[in-house]
Amino acid sequence: MKKNIGSIKKNGFLYVFEHFIDAYKPAFILLVAVIAIAFPFTPLASRSNQRIVTMILLYAMLGMGLNVLTGYTGLVSLGHAGFYGIGAYCCALLTTKLGWSFWPALLVGGCFTALVGFLLGLPTLRLSGTYLSIVTLGFCEIVQMILKQWESVTNGNYGIRNIPKPELFGFEFKLQNGGFYFIILVLVTLTALACMAIKKSKSGRAFLAIKDDELAATMMGIKTSRYKILSFVISAFITGVAGGFYSVINNGYIEPTNFVFNISVLIISVVVVGGLGTIRGMFFGAALLQLFPQVFRFLNEWRFVIYGVLLVVMMQFRPQGALGWQSTLPYKLSRRTRATLKEHGIEPTDAIVVEEKGAQA
Amino acid sequence: MSFLNVENITIQFGGLRAVDNVSFHVDQGEIVSLIGPNGAGKTTVFNMLTGVYQLTDGAISFLDERIDGKTPQEIVTRGISRTFQNLRLFPKMRVIENVLVGTHINTKYNFFQSLFRTPAFRREESDKTVKAIEILNSIGLDKYINSYAESLPYGEQRKVEIARAMATDAKLLLLDEPAAGMNPAESVELLRFIRHLKEIGYTVLLIEHDMNVVMNISDRIYVLDHGKLIADGLPEEIANNEQVIHAYLGEERKKNAEN
Repeated sequence: MKKNIGSIKKNGFLYVFEHFIDAYKPAFILLVAVIAIAFPFTPLASRSNQRIVTMILLYAMLGMGLNVLTGYTGLVSLGHAGFYGIGAYCCALLTTKLGWSFWPALLVGGCFTALVGFLLGLPTLRLSGTYLSIVTLGFCEIVQMILKQWESVTNGNYGIRNIPKPELFGFEFKLQNGGFYFIILVLVTLTALACMAIKKSKSGRAFLAIKDDELAATMMGIKTSRYKILSFVISAFITGVAGGFYSVINNGYIEPTNFVFNISVLIISVVVVGGLGTIRGMFFGAALLQLFPQVFRFLNEWRFVIYGVLLVVMMQFRPQGALGWQSTLPYKLSRRTRATLKEHGIEPTDAIVVEEKGAQA
Repeated sequence: MSFLNVENITIQFGGLRAVDNVSFHVDQGEIVSLIGPNGAGKTTVFNMLTGVYQLTDGAISFLDERIDGKTPQEIVTRGISRTFQNLRLFPKMRVIENVLVGTHINTKYNFFQSLFRTPAFRREESDKTVKAIEILNSIGLDKYINSYAESLPYGEQRKVEIARAMATDAKLLLLDEPAAGMNPAESVELLRFIRHLKEIGYTVLLIEHDMNVVMNISDRIYVLDHGKLIADGLPEEIANNEQVIHAYLGEERKKNAEN
C-alpha cells in the first residue's frame, strides 16, 4: 500500500495543535504582534541579534517570493539571486545616482524586477521541469555578468558605495535604532498577507491546479500560460523589493558577489526545508538556515555542502518540508457563505474524512 | 438548432487514422453513448471535441458555432466540459477547491481585487463557494467537502471529477468511463446520478464499457471500431446488431453460431 504522505489522524498531535491554535487565534496573533513589536526594545536586541533577526525576516520574504513560483505553481527557479540582485541594484542606483528617496526607489525596483520576471516567464511557456530550472540558472549567471561588466552603470566589481539610509519624516532608519528591523517586519507582514490572499483566490487555485495537473487545469479553462507568467511576475516583484531592502542594510554597500548562485541555493533551501507552498515554513526555513552558520561557525566553508546534503535528505524523507503538513482544519467558509448556505437549508460539514488508501481501486 | 454536430471528423497520427470520417450528433437533453472495443478511438474523439487534438479534417459545431480549431479554454467557456478516463483531479487540493477550480472561468474578479479582498471579490468568492457546495451535495459528496482529493476512494474521486465538470456551467458533459473501477452498487448509484443530470438539464455524451450502464441509460448509442463508426441507433438495436457483436466478440462467435 502506498504511504499516504501527510495523512490526517484525528486527534493526532497535529490535529490537536492546529485546532488549539485556531481556537485562540486572535490571542496568538496578538501575542506574536506584541513580541515582534517589543523585540528591539528588549535587552535581547543587541546589535548582532538585531542583524540576525533582520536577516531571518529578509530570507523569509525571499522564501515567500520563490514560494509563489515553486511552492504554488510548481516551477523551480534557480535564478532568484538574479531577481534579488536586480532589485538591489535598481534601488541603489535610483537613490545614489538620481538622488531618489528610498521608498519610491524600493517600489520602482520591485516593479522593474517584476518586468524582468515577465520577460523570463515567457520562455517557461515552452519549457518545464529541469529545462526551466536550467534557463533560470543561466539567467542568474547573466545577471551576474551584467553587474560585473556594465561598469559605467553598475561600477563593476567595485559595487555601489554610500547608499543612503532610508528616512521618513526626518527619522533615519538604522540597525541600532531598530529601524531596519521595523522596515522588514512591515514588508514581510505585507508579503505574507498578500500571499495568503492570493492563495485563497482564483489565481492561487489556478497556480496550485497547474502544479498538480497542467492538462486538467487547461481543460477547466485556466489560461495556463497567463498564470505561469503571473506567478513569475509576483515572485520577481517580492524578490526585487527584498533586494531593494538588502541594498540599504549591508553597510551602504553592495557588489555583484552578494548575488551569486549560492544565494539562489540558499533561497530554495529556505523554501524546501520550510515546506513548499506554506507561509509558516518560510519563517522556519529562514530561521534554521540563518541560525545554522551562527551556531556552527566552525563549519563555515562546509556550509553549502551541508545545505546540499540537507536538501537531498529532505527530498527523500520529508518531501513536503519540515512544516509542510496538510492542514487538518476545515476549509474556511466566510460568514457570508455560511449565511447563504443556511438560507438554502445546507449545513456544511467541518469534518475531514480520510479513507484508507488502496482500500478500493 | 443543432446542439452538438460532428461532421466527418478525421485525425491522422503519422500513418494511423485513429478516427476516420466519423459523424454524429447529440441533441439537447439527450444521453448519448459512444462505445467500442479498446483502441477504437473513443477517447480520441473526446480529445478532438475538447480541443486537445486538432482535426486533420472535418468540422465540429456546438450551438451552431464552429468549435474545431479553438483552444481547450475557449471550448470549455462555450459550455463543453469533460472528465478523464484516468482520473485527473488535483490531488493535493481539497475537494471543494477542486470544484472551485471548475468555477474558474465564470469567476469574475481580477487579480488586484483578490489581493485587496474588495467587497466585489468577497461576494463573488462566496457565491462560487456556495455553488460548489451545492453541486457537491447534489452528487452526494457533502461529507468530503474538506477532504483532500487524493484521500478519497476511487469511485468518489470519479464523482468529484463530474462535480468539477459541472461547476464550469457546462451544457454538455463528456464523461469518459465514469463507471470504471466502481463496484456494482456504486455503478447503479452512478446510473441514477447521470439520469438526474439529464433531469436538471444537462446533456451527456458518455464513453462507457459497462454495458449494464450503457443499455440502461442511453437514448442513443454510437459504436466505433478501428476509428470508424460502424453502427448507431437505439440501445436495443445496437444490442442485436451483427456488426457490433462482431466487433466486440470477433469472428469466432459467428463461426460457432453457424456450426
